[in-house]
Amino acid sequence: MNQRAVILIALALLAACALPLLVSNYRVFQFTLVLVYAIALLGLNLLTGYNGQISLGHGAFYAIGAYCAAILMDKFGVPYWATLPVAGVVCLVVGFLFGLPALRLEGLYLALATFALGVSMPQLLKYHHLEKWTGGVQGIVIVKPDPPFGLPLSPDQWLYYFTLAVMILMFVLAWNLLRGRVGRALIAIRDHHTAAEAMGVNTALYKSLTFGVSAMYTGVAGALGAIAIQFVAPDSFNIFLSITFLVGIVIGGLASIPGAIYGALFIQFIPNIADEISKAAPWAIFGIFLIGFVYAMPLGVNGAIRMLIARLARKQQDGLRTAGSPLSENAAGKPENDSHTAG
Amino acid sequence: MAALLQVARLHAAYGPTRVLHGIDFALEEGSITALLGANGAGKTTTLRALCAMVKTEGEIRFGGARIEGKSTEDIVRLGIAHVPDGRGTFVNLSTEENLRLGAYVRRDKREVERDFERIYGYFPRLKERRHQQAGTLSGGEQQMLAVSRALMLRPRLLLLDEPSFGLAPLVVREIFSIMRTINQSEKVSILLVEQNAAMALDLADHAYVIETGRVVLSGTSDEIKQDEAVRRSYLGY
Amino acid sequence: MDALIHQVLAGLATGGIYASVALALVMIYQATHHLNFAQGELAMFCTYLAWTLINAGFGYWAAFLLTVGLSFVLGVVIERVVIRPVENSPVLAVVVVFIGLLVILNSVTGWIYSYTIKTFPSPFPAEPLFGNKYMSSHEIGAIGVTLVVLLLLYSFFRFTPLGLAMRAAAQNPASAKLVGIRVGWMLALGWGLACAIGAVAGMMVAPIVFLDPNMMAGILLYAFAAALIGGVDSPGGAVFGGFLVGVLENVLGAFVIGNELKLAVALVLIIGVLVVKPTGFFGKVHVIRV
Repeated sequence: MNQRAVILIALALLAACALPLLVSNYRVFQFTLVLVYAIALLGLNLLTGYNGQISLGHGAFYAIGAYCAAILMDKFGVPYWATLPVAGVVCLVVGFLFGLPALRLEGLYLALATFALGVSMPQLLKYHHLEKWTGGVQGIVIVKPDPPFGLPLSPDQWLYYFTLAVMILMFVLAWNLLRGRVGRALIAIRDHHTAAEAMGVNTALYKSLTFGVSAMYTGVAGALGAIAIQFVAPDSFNIFLSITFLVGIVIGGLASIPGAIYGALFIQFIPNIADEISKAAPWAIFGIFLIGFVYAMPLGVNGAIRMLIARLARKQQDGLRTAGSPLSENAAGKPENDSHTAG
Repeated sequence: MAALLQVARLHAAYGPTRVLHGIDFALEEGSITALLGANGAGKTTTLRALCAMVKTEGEIRFGGARIEGKSTEDIVRLGIAHVPDGRGTFVNLSTEENLRLGAYVRRDKREVERDFERIYGYFPRLKERRHQQAGTLSGGEQQMLAVSRALMLRPRLLLLDEPSFGLAPLVVREIFSIMRTINQSEKVSILLVEQNAAMALDLADHAYVIETGRVVLSGTSDEIKQDEAVRRSYLGY
Repeated sequence: MDALIHQVLAGLATGGIYASVALALVMIYQATHHLNFAQGELAMFCTYLAWTLINAGFGYWAAFLLTVGLSFVLGVVIERVVIRPVENSPVLAVVVVFIGLLVILNSVTGWIYSYTIKTFPSPFPAEPLFGNKYMSSHEIGAIGVTLVVLLLLYSFFRFTPLGLAMRAAAQNPASAKLVGIRVGWMLALGWGLACAIGAVAGMMVAPIVFLDPNMMAGILLYAFAAALIGGVDSPGGAVFGGFLVGVLENVLGAFVIGNELKLAVALVLIIGVLVVKPTGFFGKVHVIRV
């Protein structure tokens, strides 16, 4: 990673740490959710962006993580921070197990299978035989934790910092994983399955493991989300959550780590903005935002930023060359004078 | 006599990467012309440029009229058939469906049916496999199918991109001899891109050698075959 | 036994609906190689168009034909205006555009027509055929309409040059251009056809479930499952899948698991089928030479 990137990340971290001290508690809560979603989106991106396996059901893993946390805190008095590893492990196992039969399915078929998972989750959570644990339709209420060691922070602020710490940890973990052999293997499997196998990559193991790890990330996010919102109920984890996650990684930028953060900002704040623009048909406005973003940035926010950086770098280089060559692009990005674009 | 195809100062680029830096060449009607050169020289890009599959600059004249700026679909209608590298077979359709698509822009139904018979005459193996899914044909058969599909257009100019690629020499010889027949009996002009210079020079009348996006040599195939220095430095044999 | 027959027949009836929406999905897929998530909402919107026409005084069949025509045009326009800008974008980006379209249609329809349920007329007689006690005339009629549409579609794709061109354009746009096919317009045509079929499906569904902006949501899910279970490149498979899903849903709901979990169980079963037959019952297994 080059110097410029390190400086930018340091600045971003500084801003993130300063934030809760500058805004209202409600905004802190909203930004905590942004961090939560970022973790969930990174999980989904691992599977769909880097490894090419489409999931329309990650809301289910989020729900499992959330309910793990809620049940442990409510029924067993487990402290909030201890629920995270449990949620992670449970989702890792469930995700891996789901990934095994999913090995046989590709593209659309995998999308449908995961879609089924996402659709079934609310029904499962409402199932009356499980009501004892899940609290049925009413769900479970949990209490927001107080800051430890008597720190002079509000519960919202403490939870924000806690979530931030977890997020940084998990992002660094993912970054480390992706830039080495594992990352290359995942991308190889995504782009050319047959070739990867022929080169000795154990595609089946990688794909199932990726499912598991991806579910683990989203599950941990779910647990954090439950703690932040202090409430879990079946209908908050319906198929729209899964669809929202997918939208998030596409808008943010597939196969990118910062994309998870851009996407999280989008899915947390754009619906609010849409609501303010039109009370009558807020989802129509949201849909327009979706389409608009994809038109303007088909590779997501991250893709657009990278293209911008590349174009600026090229301009620096071009400025050093002599002018007058055909097909060079002027500032507006159009070919000069007498060129013909074909096709 | 004006050449069937005239290319002047042709530049082409893939996005920001320029591949052709001003190519000039011409092709006489009824002739077979070869474009030779090493990997990455720009031969395939030249064919793609003729069919408006890449961004270009410069002049392309077909039958005297300028065609740069037209869409691929319109260029096909002018009578240029392109057999791309990789063959471009519709792998999930049958052999016969592939051939029928070759004649998509034609209105003369009876002649199309006659062309089917003619093609099956050149390539009886395709007739045997007419209902088979095209993706399951062997490499050689797929190449025959690709060429046949182009011929179903009854083109004035046939563009062939690396027809020998991945095929056994015997199969290539078979296909090339049929190319010669078609060129002579049906007056189809052929522009042939090949890495296998030896076989290409046996088939072609004229040849151009391209290196990193520029024409570095041109002449009749006899001239080039006989010039040892040229053969060694540009064609590797 | 009587109850089982009843559930199976009722399943066939709803299955007919799933089959026609699945058909529309497969159509668009054959033409564009995209699975259109907005299909349900498009069908719903077009059904509202029909409702508006009928309320304006048009006779049923006049409104029906006019709606089919308008839906075709709508589909073509949406493809050229909304989808064309992302034609070359990554698959998932196109999916997000579909989702956006879905959400806009649903929201706008609710805003124009409100969310109160409306009744929609059926062209079929109210008395059951031959006085049978299993299926209403409408349900039988809906199945009949679905089968007719399927037959027309199959013939179109299999036997007409335009149908062949559309299939080619979807499978390999670059090669299609090289034989002179105007790929962009093939896509638009595919959308037009799919939208028209969707409208027919919507007009068959509405008399049963009543017209409201959310009427297609549940149906769409089952239609997806049906399309995939039958094999996403097989129109016949889509119809088969539709009937299968309909019967499964009813029989499971009545005898096995009760209404609470029938959605989940039906879907699990479908996944089970896909694991055994990953491209559906009638889907082509794609052979790729490496």
